[in-house]
Amino acid sequence: MVLDGMIVHMSKYVAVLMAAMYTYWNFRCFAVNEEKRRKLLKKQNQLMFLNHVLSFAVMFLKTGDEKLLWFCGVQAVFLWCFLVVYGKLYRNRSALLANNMCFLLSVGFIILTRLSYDKAVRQFGIVVCSAAVTLLIPFIICRMWQLSRIPWLYAALGLGLLIAVYAAGDASYGAQLSLKFGEAAVQPSEFVKISFVFFVSAMFYQSTDIRQIFITSIIAALHVGILVISKDLGSALIFFATYVFMVFVATSDWIYLALGLLGGYGASVAAWRLFSHVQVRVMAWKNPWADIDNRGYQITQSLFAIGTGGWFGSGLCQGMPKKIPVVEKDFILAAVSEEMGALFAMCVLLVCLGCFIQFMMTACEMEAMFYKLIAFGLGAEYIVQIFLTAGGVTKFIPSTGVTFPLISYGGSSILSTFILFSVIQGLYILKRDEEEG
Amino acid sequence: MKAVFKREKKRKREKTPKQKADRSILLLAYAMAALFLCLMGHVGYFLTVSREEVINNPYNNARLDNFARTVERGKILSSDRTVLAMTENREGIGEIRVYPFGALFSHVVGYSSRGKTGLEELGNFYLLSSHMNPVSQIGEALAGRKNPGDQIITTLDLELQQAASDALGDRKGAVVAMEPDTGRVLVMVSKPDFDSNAIADTWESIVSKEDQAPLVNRAVQGLYPPGSIFKILTVLEYIKEHPDDYDQYHYDCDGYFKYGDYTLPCYHKTAHGSQNLTQAFANSCNGAFASLGLQLDKKAMAETAEQLLFNREQPIALAYSQSRFSMNEEAPGWEVLQTAIGQGMTQMTPMHSLMVTAAIANRGVLMNPFFIQQVENALGEPVKRFEPAAYGALMEEGQAEILKDMMVRVVTEGTGSALRTEGYTAAGKTGSAQFETGKETHAWFTGFAPAENPRIAVTVIVEEGGSGGQTAAPVARKIFDVYLGR
Repeated sequence: MVLDGMIVHMSKYVAVLMAAMYTYWNFRCFAVNEEKRRKLLKKQNQLMFLNHVLSFAVMFLKTGDEKLLWFCGVQAVFLWCFLVVYGKLYRNRSALLANNMCFLLSVGFIILTRLSYDKAVRQFGIVVCSAAVTLLIPFIICRMWQLSRIPWLYAALGLGLLIAVYAAGDASYGAQLSLKFGEAAVQPSEFVKISFVFFVSAMFYQSTDIRQIFITSIIAALHVGILVISKDLGSALIFFATYVFMVFVATSDWIYLALGLLGGYGASVAAWRLFSHVQVRVMAWKNPWADIDNRGYQITQSLFAIGTGGWFGSGLCQGMPKKIPVVEKDFILAAVSEEMGALFAMCVLLVCLGCFIQFMMTACEMEAMFYKLIAFGLGAEYIVQIFLTAGGVTKFIPSTGVTFPLISYGGSSILSTFILFSVIQGLYILKRDEEEG
Repeated sequence: MKAVFKREKKRKREKTPKQKADRSILLLAYAMAALFLCLMGHVGYFLTVSREEVINNPYNNARLDNFARTVERGKILSSDRTVLAMTENREGIGEIRVYPFGALFSHVVGYSSRGKTGLEELGNFYLLSSHMNPVSQIGEALAGRKNPGDQIITTLDLELQQAASDALGDRKGAVVAMEPDTGRVLVMVSKPDFDSNAIADTWESIVSKEDQAPLVNRAVQGLYPPGSIFKILTVLEYIKEHPDDYDQYHYDCDGYFKYGDYTLPCYHKTAHGSQNLTQAFANSCNGAFASLGLQLDKKAMAETAEQLLFNREQPIALAYSQSRFSMNEEAPGWEVLQTAIGQGMTQMTPMHSLMVTAAIANRGVLMNPFFIQQVENALGEPVKRFEPAAYGALMEEGQAEILKDMMVRVVTEGTGSALRTEGYTAAGKTGSAQFETGKETHAWFTGFAPAENPRIAVTVIVEEGGSGGQTAAPVARKIFDVYLGR
């Protein structure tokens, strides 16, 4: 009895400590030699599994649900298998990136299980399938140079999917996001993110003269425009920012960055003037307390959750994250913060930032502009998305309704993030293989 | 040799496209990292600075109630540290909330068993937080015991509250008092009241008394026609429009004011005779104010009303009703003259009247009214102090001085005679507000004392009490006597 109490009360402090150590080692890895790094990576794995088991132990003690125990076991086995298989298949993979993926997945499993066991089971199935399917991607990236020759295929694919959603999509929360296939709903914009970066990279690989930039910009503007009229503002913003950054990297010309940022500012003001749903979001951000029953409800509940949880959180199954609407998708970070602690949530953000930095380092290592732009573009999409969701949940910026990659519930988001990480892994492996000759 | 060196130097300066791209990548990566630091700084600021204010919200009660599983609700104390509310653990029953003074603080302290009201709601977060030393907290938690919650020291004055309650007696109405220079709320009485201890048992019978509405805190939620206390605003508007010659105003009162088919009598049809502005205010002459009202700029009048917190959010921490002023530029003459004397469509709460009065007493500056002066842990060690804070100026200092002088004349020469005393000089305004034909008027008094150096402001309303000067002013007198007699 006393032991139970100890675990329930103390585990949140232990979990925060473990997350902090994990995060510290993540950044430490950038600075140490090969041998030391290998040790740190192993310790990271131990911490992740320890945290996973401890979290499920708390949930089991609070709910007494024995299903949780086997679910925890199955998840742990999967994560372990993923790490081992990846290592065996790709000797030159980035083990740190694989670790971070597993850490984020583990956090997602924990918080989703807490929120909804059924959804967590579904999510787990999707994760397993996504992992299996994307296992081959690094292999393909390393061998298919032809990927750089088909920009118009990417453009056609991306625009076609987006138009299909606009024409036949299902509306959820005021935005047209998904296509329904029987039971399953697919969010094509998640995959168009990837094809978009491939398109832009392939175009700029061919040339960066003004004509090429003009043509590419028109296609990019079409992507963003369709997303805007589908009211998928979060995705539109991600595409837009990524494109502006990619032009800047491809040309190293400040004028393009300035033009892009200026255009973005103009477009935001125009969107605010033209669309009532944009005004609603901005109002809900500026003063959610004025309309707390209605438009301000979600963000205020999120702030209540984060604030009431505090630095160390309420402990798993001891808060009320389900009071936040759409908590398992766009607002999952608020649930993590409420129950696992704001410090834990910050560690998660720092781990994501660590992934991003690794993406950028990979981009810098690439010789060919095509690969460089892919690594950079995907990294930019990833970090902009994290910023939008984390900023929206904490009222740093207006909420744009995007998911937290690898943690939020949702199959399309999971699969596309797996693809994103696998492509980068492919580039990383490509570079290492080259070096070995 | 030199040429080679030059070319070499040039190559160093002019970077390859790859190097340039890498530099751009690094730059953007740094920018994103900086943005994330800002985001985390924002979260850190939220958790250290704005957290308490944000989460102590009725919409977050479900989460805060969760705290009650590990914390025993703390005490609420009066300003002299007498217990007004505490939690007792009774054998066989479990935790119950005890209010030693029964009905005396039923509205302002409120209750916490049937939803939460009053300070039980306002201070909910503090009462359910424990600031005992962390080691003993963890020890208690592991032993499965609750930690004692923090206690809040209110600004409420027990003796004064008792005096106000006694003075009001069994009549329906409200009494509020605060310090004009700090905003500390000293008294908040609303009648009819109820015994907070028995709220759970007697809920049905309390709720069924609809015509009595005992659960309504009349001091902050009761909207009444202001009657003649509104003349404060009318005078202020007149002074604003005639800053140099307001004292030239003159009116001959024969007891009635005629406007078309419409006749407006003075109270008890008294003929006040020749009146200047100060006399008209002191005698509360309706005719003078109706005629004066018709001369006023309606748009400017509406602006002055907003400046005095009509139709606006007010700095009241408890659940309150917003006062209403609806006269616009198109208003017909009879509505204007009704509005000028505080009848018409205007409605205000006693607390609102108190804030305007306190601002007059405090050179035009309103201090935010507050109820909690300190939060302490269960051992009495301070956790948090609340300092007086200014809301802002409701009027200019000179205007406040003029109004103050006129309010002194109300007491020395006019309808506020109940407050004439050797002990101190009081200032104020009486009101007798009609609300339904055939019923007795609501009796108002709002004022402060001593006039030279105001220490306390009071607003009293007695429903259907008749004349403000005869019914409400004596209640204020009792409170001034007790407070200034110390």
